Amino acid sequence: MRTAFISELFELAKQDERIVLIVGDLGFGVVTPFMEQLPRQFLNAGVAEQNMTGIAAGMALSGKIALTYSIANFPTLRCLEQVRNDVCYHNANVKVVSVGGGFTYGAMGATHHAMEDLAVMRALPGLVVVAPGDPVEARAATRAVIAYSGPCYLRLGKAGEPVVHQSPIDFELGKAIRMHEGKDATLISTGGILQNAVKAAEQLAKQGIESRLLCMHTVKPLDTEAVLSAARETGAIFTIEEHSVIGGLGSAVAEVLAEADGTKVQFKRIGVPSGFSPHIGSQEYLQECHGLTAEGIAKTVAQTLRTVTSASMIGAGPLHGRD
Amino acid sequence: MTNEKQIDLSALAKRIRQHCVRMTGKANASHIGGSLSAADLLACVYGRALRYDPQRPDWPDRDRFIMSKGHACSALYAVLAESGYFPAERLESFYQNGSPLAGHVMHKNVPGVELSTGSLGHGLPVATGMALASKRDGRSSRIFCMISDGECDEGSVWEAALFAPHHKLDNLIVILDYNKIQSLGAVKEVIDLEPLTDKWRAFGWAVRELNGHDLPAIEEAVTQVPFEVSRPSCIVAHTVKGKGVSFMENKLLWHYRAPLGEDMNKALAELEQAK
Repeated sequence: MRTAFISELFELAKQDERIVLIVGDLGFGVVTPFMEQLPRQFLNAGVAEQNMTGIAAGMALSGKIALTYSIANFPTLRCLEQVRNDVCYHNANVKVVSVGGGFTYGAMGATHHAMEDLAVMRALPGLVVVAPGDPVEARAATRAVIAYSGPCYLRLGKAGEPVVHQSPIDFELGKAIRMHEGKDATLISTGGILQNAVKAAEQLAKQGIESRLLCMHTVKPLDTEAVLSAARETGAIFTIEEHSVIGGLGSAVAEVLAEADGTKVQFKRIGVPSGFSPHIGSQEYLQECHGLTAEGIAKTVAQTLRTVTSASMIGAGPLHGRD
Repeated sequence: MTNEKQIDLSALAKRIRQHCVRMTGKANASHIGGSLSAADLLACVYGRALRYDPQRPDWPDRDRFIMSKGHACSALYAVLAESGYFPAERLESFYQNGSPLAGHVMHKNVPGVELSTGSLGHGLPVATGMALASKRDGRSSRIFCMISDGECDEGSVWEAALFAPHHKLDNLIVILDYNKIQSLGAVKEVIDLEPLTDKWRAFGWAVRELNGHDLPAIEEAVTQVPFEVSRPSCIVAHTVKGKGVSFMENKLLWHYRAPLGEDMNKALAELEQAK
């Protein structure tokens, strides 16, 4: 996703000199062609995220399309108030880009686990929040946030994720992509966990559970119509995200469902319990620890559907022994 | 634009102070002290240095003024009204329900305000970004940014202070309203900033130190920027909190207290008698 983003941005920047990429002293090897070939559209702000974000706002208020780029929580939480006041309040045309969503940098330790970014960014007024699921979406999302005039947050994974979308996609901010059709339940996924969600849907199909799969690349504004029709048409919704279960996609979907008139639906958030991961390790390892592998997701979905069906209760599924 | 006319700086500063006292008094609002300390500096910036056109607040080649010490908003609103951005009568709505003139500098529906501030340490990074954009676009716009002394406790100020000289932003001018009193006490007792000019010099700025109430000295400084080619400029202005109203001068209390009733009358009478 990182590579897809930077190469797409490079092409866009060659055609639009308003685009300025501001990095927080990160992107070794990745941003080099951009830096060398478009030096007047590149800036290394150093290890100073508050200043980086303020500079981006100042440049955007002077007519630029400014992107801040760093990893994990650095371009979001470290400079949160700059994003809120300088960028969002001024409706500045700034795109905050974070590489390393979720457990991408899992072995680096809890400082590098981006677990609350979607929640926090989603709460900021006027900020569009986008978490593409694969390199194809990352390219499309890059074009979309540049074309959109206003503040955006783009949450990327790492480099080298597999391509999930094998055919061209119709990418529109705020519009879910339906990837799999089924009547028994709907899986709604955001971000790089998409590949696991796709495999989980396949595994569930083998067990006789036919699921709809929605790729919700835009967490805000949320495609509420896609959520509500999924509730009406499939009766069960599972949100899947490599993020805290507090405040991210799961909460966004829950808010829509809780306020919907007369919609009865089974609902469960599949994500990371609030807390610091007691473990470090590779992304795959940490996904396994938190039930976020394809197998883990399929198991939670199947068990929840079974439990709820037998108990006629809503949302009382087993919690994998976690709080 | 307006600075081409020979505005009477002393009269302008006096009107700013009178507006500040009336606004904060009528609204029972805080921060009169830090507004009065900034009045002479603002009069000189808007009266002599800044290239602006109140009829075209978004003129791309305008100079920009960023009031990073957003609590001194009454002084900024006053100088904007005096500079023709909106009628002075609108100042009467300061801090009132439904008014755009908030108790910290807000840009929404206030012509001439470049940046909303109020959380300290935000203005200089944004001003730095504007200065960089101006340079890269080959524009002549200069960015003036007023910061407070207490604000220098914020790390983000020093992030920008490191950045600007490295990028040779000689179109960026910091005006430091050094009135020596911050929110909970004297600056030197809260977190001493001294040696302050040395710090800015060491970071690579061209620094000039002056009496922030000496109008000719301020006028000279703001019209001579940049002080050095390829360096941002910093004016360390020694000021008096509450300047112009004897019972407010150098009093921490007047960071908070509003000039109500008899206090307002006394303050306005003093300001009226001042030359």
